[in-house]
Amino acid sequence: MPRTFVTDACREAAPMRFDDVLDAIGDTPLVGLPSLSPPGVRIWAKLEGQNPTGSLKDRIAKAMVEAAEASGELTPGRTILEPTSGNTGIALAMVARRKGYGLTVVIPDNASEERIRLLELFGAEIVLSPGDKGTNGSIEIARRLASDDRYYMPFQYGNPANPRAHEEGTGEEIVRDLPEITHFVAGLGTGGTLTGVGRRLKRHDPNVRVIAAEPELGDLVYGLRSLDDGFVPPIFDESVLDRKFLVNVADSVRATRELTEREGVFAGISSGAVLHVGLRVASELERGDVVCLLADGGWKYLSTQAWAPELERAEKNVSETLWW
Amino acid sequence: MARVKLPTILRSHAGGERAVDAEGTTLRELLEDLESKYPGITQMVLTDDGALHRFVNVYVNDEDVRYLGSLETEVDPGDTVSILPAVAGGR
Repeated sequence: MPRTFVTDACREAAPMRFDDVLDAIGDTPLVGLPSLSPPGVRIWAKLEGQNPTGSLKDRIAKAMVEAAEASGELTPGRTILEPTSGNTGIALAMVARRKGYGLTVVIPDNASEERIRLLELFGAEIVLSPGDKGTNGSIEIARRLASDDRYYMPFQYGNPANPRAHEEGTGEEIVRDLPEITHFVAGLGTGGTLTGVGRRLKRHDPNVRVIAAEPELGDLVYGLRSLDDGFVPPIFDESVLDRKFLVNVADSVRATRELTEREGVFAGISSGAVLHVGLRVASELERGDVVCLLADGGWKYLSTQAWAPELERAEKNVSETLWW
Repeated sequence: MARVKLPTILRSHAGGERAVDAEGTTLRELLEDLESKYPGITQMVLTDDGALHRFVNVYVNDEDVRYLGSLETEVDPGDTVSILPAVAGGR
């Protein structure tokens, strides 16, 4: 009998060959976290770091660009412009390279070094915004630049293709892989993931609870001159949410490390915030299946020293970097 | 007595303090107590008709009150109430 590397699982699975890297986006693994799950409850992790550029943003980058091509808003010769703290920019850079568009990203100057390096190597033009203004600052600058006709701005915060990519992709995959899901936890940024996945899950079973993990950002980011400068993303449909928790840097870093130490899953810092909330929700349940959406892998955060031996040093380093 | 963490924008009403104490069994009572101690402080938190401002998030301990009982959310002595402006996140 010749030795073979083709397993039974492989023979039965859907083909994994693609004509183009863009076709390899999505269909990410849902893996159990048995060591962290309390008795009676199963916690699952949807590993979005398995997408081609290593984050869930590949899904919306492809969806927003293809929607703009279909509507005629994005035509050859125009440059894509987007405010982003990293992952969306990197995902758009991949899509732009593949399709032949230029890309300009406005990114806070305290984004992790790896994110800026990745954007550079994909050939994106980078405009830095003041880190102390967070993503709000990037949005302000991008809006000013967008008045120039050569730019097309997908604007992930207001683009319906963002939640739609999650409703038709991420949410659909979860329903297929875990029809018994009872709770879904994801990070709140643009609101696209929670809105899209939430809508799909509620259609599947109105009893599924949809829960947001929101980062507690630095004091300066909250230092608005007026509440009129506040921002709620237009695509965020708050009606799909059942609960929302604020998570600080220390809890996020601790959970991120625990994920690696106890489950062998290497994920980004926001995934720690999501897991922190997932564990809390799970602790209140007698039975249930809790899905935590882990937005990216840990690679882009190595320079933050989040896994440094001393926890306090790790927390301090991460708090000085834009990790959300 | 609960501890109320204030965002930068409200600290001028409380002599620059980052956090102050207030009493109340619900968030509504607690905000009323806060207003009596520091007049004007809740003007930006509540709308003219007394609802929570769209661009303000209030948390009792770590949970957003919009998904609990809003202004009727119960507050226990020793709880921490955080008031934060809504800002853009995401990547």
